[in-house]
Amino acid sequence: MADDVLFEFLHMEMVSHIYKDQASKGEMDKDRATCVSTLEGMGFRVGQGLIERFTKDSPSFKDDLDVMKFICKDFWINVFRKQIDNLRTNHQGTYVLQDNKFALLTQFSNGKQYLEEAPKYLAYSCGLVRGALSNLGMDCVVTAEVSLMPSCKFQVVIQKI
Amino acid sequence: MSRQSNRTTDSKKMNAELFTLTYGALVTQLCKDYDNDEEVNKQLDKMGYNIGVRLIEDFLARSSVGRCQDFRETADVIAKVAFKMYLGITPSVTNWSPAGDEFSLILESNPLVDFVELPDNHSSLVYSNLLCGVLRGALEMVQMAVDVKFSQDTLRGDNVTEIRMKFIKRMEENLPAGDE
Repeated sequence: MADDVLFEFLHMEMVSHIYKDQASKGEMDKDRATCVSTLEGMGFRVGQGLIERFTKDSPSFKDDLDVMKFICKDFWINVFRKQIDNLRTNHQGTYVLQDNKFALLTQFSNGKQYLEEAPKYLAYSCGLVRGALSNLGMDCVVTAEVSLMPSCKFQVVIQKI
Repeated sequence: MSRQSNRTTDSKKMNAELFTLTYGALVTQLCKDYDNDEEVNKQLDKMGYNIGVRLIEDFLARSSVGRCQDFRETADVIAKVAFKMYLGITPSVTNWSPAGDEFSLILESNPLVDFVELPDNHSSLVYSNLLCGVLRGALEMVQMAVDVKFSQDTLRGDNVTEIRMKFIKRMEENLPAGDE
């Protein structure tokens, strides 16, 4: 079965390609936002598909917190090979998932070097989480922030209709 | 005990699906960005090349394969070690040309194309073209210039997937200037 490292290489190349592509088409300004949303959109579709395959035999979840715990444990283990280290919530629809050694950032740096580049490599993962949650019935907005590599925090805000 | 092993096989399967689905999303995005299939094929090849030049280092670090003596040995290593390590499949090496510089890899199954169907308006898309780029890039880093292309593809109705590899030349090692 496909090796973990293949996904990492593919992801790296994808980010590099999307950004190079936008640069060659000119118009620097709207680039960053478009690139991020392109990557996030790709992650969204993949997240939806993955979660369907993953949970087709599982019983349904009791509530939102249960879903988030599932994402933090089983989903994260399967996609990023470890669990989320810390889950916080305000019990009003906002969750913060902290991963102290995020798999896609470990190769970059162990501190503050390359901090500006980090968001590019988190866009796809944000989309993955948003897609997964969307197919579990939770519409939300997922953002990520990094202050010290390779640790990062994903913030999930559930959208009330 | 059995539950434990279930989880690891599940996790390996999950990773395979993550890779397959990500690749699918990538090809879809490329088809949206570029008008014609030829351009998409070229981009996939280029991306594969970039991945290949890095993947070879990972491969050499993890397998204990030494330098190959000839092209036949290279073919065996690619089929039995590399494909097995990264994609979990072992293609067969056949159809050697009389000069021994061309061969085919026959893949019974191609993990990249799980869940994939080619729509009619993309009949000249070589979906798995990334693989060609990866092989080309990886071999270039070990001083072999090769030409790689798909000659049969299950997505386009053939029975098997066949990759044709042709040895072009051995490249000179480029020593940095000033080395003696």
